[in-house]
Amino acid sequence: MYFEYKVVGGDFTIAGVASSQVKKTLKQLGIDSSIIKRVVVALYEAEVNVVAHAYEGVIYVDIKGDGIKLKVEDKGPGIPDVSLAMTKGFSTASSSVREMGFGAGMGLPNISDNADSFRIETVVDKGTTLHIEIKFH
Amino acid sequence: MLLSAICSIVEGTVICGDLRLNEEVTHAFSSDLMSDVLTLKRDNFLLITGLSNAQSIRTAEMSDAPYILLCRGKTVSKEMIELANENNIAIISSPFSMFKCSGLLYNAGLNPVY
Repeated sequence: MYFEYKVVGGDFTIAGVASSQVKKTLKQLGIDSSIIKRVVVALYEAEVNVVAHAYEGVIYVDIKGDGIKLKVEDKGPGIPDVSLAMTKGFSTASSSVREMGFGAGMGLPNISDNADSFRIETVVDKGTTLHIEIKFH
Repeated sequence: MLLSAICSIVEGTVICGDLRLNEEVTHAFSSDLMSDVLTLKRDNFLLITGLSNAQSIRTAEMSDAPYILLCRGKTVSKEMIELANENNIAIISSPFSMFKCSGLLYNAGLNPVY
């Protein structure tokens, strides 16, 4: 199964719509609830990151029998120092993002914690692509 | 502890999810930081928060937390209620602070996640 979702930068009212749809789909497929939680937490963190930091983005979801592949591609400022961005507590989020309950520098590390495989591609002033894989078994 | 008892202890009002009032709640987590809530491995807990927006409902949805206690009588928007109903999440609103809600419920035997 293959799905695509557009994400609009700055629009917190719809942040989480894609993650919610993926959760419903995985439930219908009978995937174990602990795996579903890992998938949707990682995806939701990534979705919020696009809304918080980028101009726009696309989420590509590829569900196969043995697992799920998520590609979250955005057009945005990129990440100048990936290892710094992966440090718990480091954040460049604006005060408006913090008012929404995010921007504490926990997103990328939490994605990594929940993923079986996690890779970041980024180009400053162009954008960032996250590759997340989670196995079902 | 039943959700109805929690509601009574914090002198709360049920905003939505009345059908969950007879459910047993064992654990709670208090935070305004949704990123922190998303790190919890536990599910089926009560989220106690002062953050009243769509992302607190979304965070509860992703975290498998079916109960939210909003402190300090924060306004709950129509969109939040719709989102909560769609995901079968109960919302209770209390006039008390997050500190007071947490203290009362801990004292009454509700367990902390950590």
